[in-house]
Amino acid sequence: MAYPAAYRYTKEHEWIQVDGKIGTVGITDYAQDSLGDIVFVDLPRVGDTIEAGKSFGSVESVKAVSDLFAPVSGTVTAVNDELKDAPERINSDANTTWMLKVELSDAKQVDGLLTAADYEKFTSEETGH
Amino acid sequence: MSETMAPLRKTALNAVHRAAKSKMVDFGGWDMPVDCCGLVAEHMAVRTAVGVFDVSHMGDIQLRGPGSLAAVQQLCMNDASKLAVGQAHYSAMLYPNGTFVDDVVVHKLSDNDYLIVINAGTREKDVQWVRSQIGHMPGVHVNDYSDYYTQLAIQGPRAAETLQKLTSVDLSGIKNYWFTWGQVCGLHNVMIARTGYTGEDGFEIYIPSDEPTSARVWGEVLAAGAEFGILACGLGARNTLRLEAAMALYGHEISDTINVFEAGLGRYAKLDKGEFVGRDALVKVQEEGGPKRKLVGLEMIERGIGRDGYPVFALDGKRIGEITSGSPSPFLKKNIALAYVPVGYDALDTEVAVEIRGQMVKAKVVPTPFYKRAKKST
Repeated sequence: MAYPAAYRYTKEHEWIQVDGKIGTVGITDYAQDSLGDIVFVDLPRVGDTIEAGKSFGSVESVKAVSDLFAPVSGTVTAVNDELKDAPERINSDANTTWMLKVELSDAKQVDGLLTAADYEKFTSEETGH
Repeated sequence: MSETMAPLRKTALNAVHRAAKSKMVDFGGWDMPVDCCGLVAEHMAVRTAVGVFDVSHMGDIQLRGPGSLAAVQQLCMNDASKLAVGQAHYSAMLYPNGTFVDDVVVHKLSDNDYLIVINAGTREKDVQWVRSQIGHMPGVHVNDYSDYYTQLAIQGPRAAETLQKLTSVDLSGIKNYWFTWGQVCGLHNVMIARTGYTGEDGFEIYIPSDEPTSARVWGEVLAAGAEFGILACGLGARNTLRLEAAMALYGHEISDTINVFEAGLGRYAKLDKGEFVGRDALVKVQEEGGPKRKLVGLEMIERGIGRDGYPVFALDGKRIGEITSGSPSPFLKKNIALAYVPVGYDALDTEVAVEIRGQMVKAKVVPTPFYKRAKKST
């Protein structure tokens, strides 16, 4: 599985791409593969605040529901409305199918997240291969 | 945690599943494929074409001898005296209080020979239960044949065409819930039953459980079904298929705290056939006016997916029950669930609320099964 080097990652399998003060958030290829067919995404609204490490929503596949955890704190500036009707896009391309855009309240939080290499190592340890 | 410390049990096809990169899960102590090539694709293959499942984790108890019918009659709630040789039926073993030891399929192999197919997670409990209940009865031997068979379920509207390519038996002569023996993939005397757990037409075959034979037959079934788009299917699709068909799953819709009438399975309990374990309790339930709660089908009206264990509320906020199985329905494209609710909330179109992660989401009572296959026109 490919994890873009320009992104940072959480151990809960979210990615964030930071551009200035704005972070774009999605879930990783590993996460979509573990979940299987995604049928439902529950996301906050524009203007809501999210807090690093706390749940900001959920993603559901046919067989399971998983919390989404915020990689950083901030205010939601955009939500990917396409996911309401086509959540399966996450399965097709997790790396480019974003969920939220967030205005970061503390850009330093990004430094505490995993790099692509760290994340890949972490997932390989989690699965044992 | 002691349960999870035990090594997982494996079917003879375990290496085949792993080589195919199927996602594996611990299911009742068994290392089983949950997802072979995508749950929704597998589910749709079974509804529209054909799929094959490894269900070798199911258990098989044989009762043999001149006392076997009497033993089956004592153990199971359905009336096995009505079975012809080559016929099977759905039944259940009950505790004296009318709740479930397990649900089973009873096959009449001959006048003195019955095969009871039981669930994987309850195998040891079931075998002990059978021995404890009928061990004293004359003229019956109890054999646990669970490890003797690799059991494959070939399910879907193209299942018959698929299996027909591998057997000399005329499958059109086997009616639903009947079985026969014949040559399959060059193996002699394979039991071929027109049974399944998907709500679709299909067959279950019982072949020797050695790994080379199991792998060979699995491969031949996949090859035979390739032209129809057969998929290897996992327990994930098995669960959504049986849920659409509103078939009970032990530990969910039925358990040792749920009685037959609550589960809506009274039609399989033949109270007039004579004594059997659990009968007196069921008679009492009836005399007291029937069950106080019932299993109903729910369809979510508002956005949200009710899942196993989620609480169900009346619209006035009173907690009334719980979902036993809930999932998005891949075929119907609705969010469906089975739930226990008190009598009074079980009428069709009754609106209730399911608490989904802290939010009340409306659902309504709908008829079950959620999905019923079209009757064959031929």
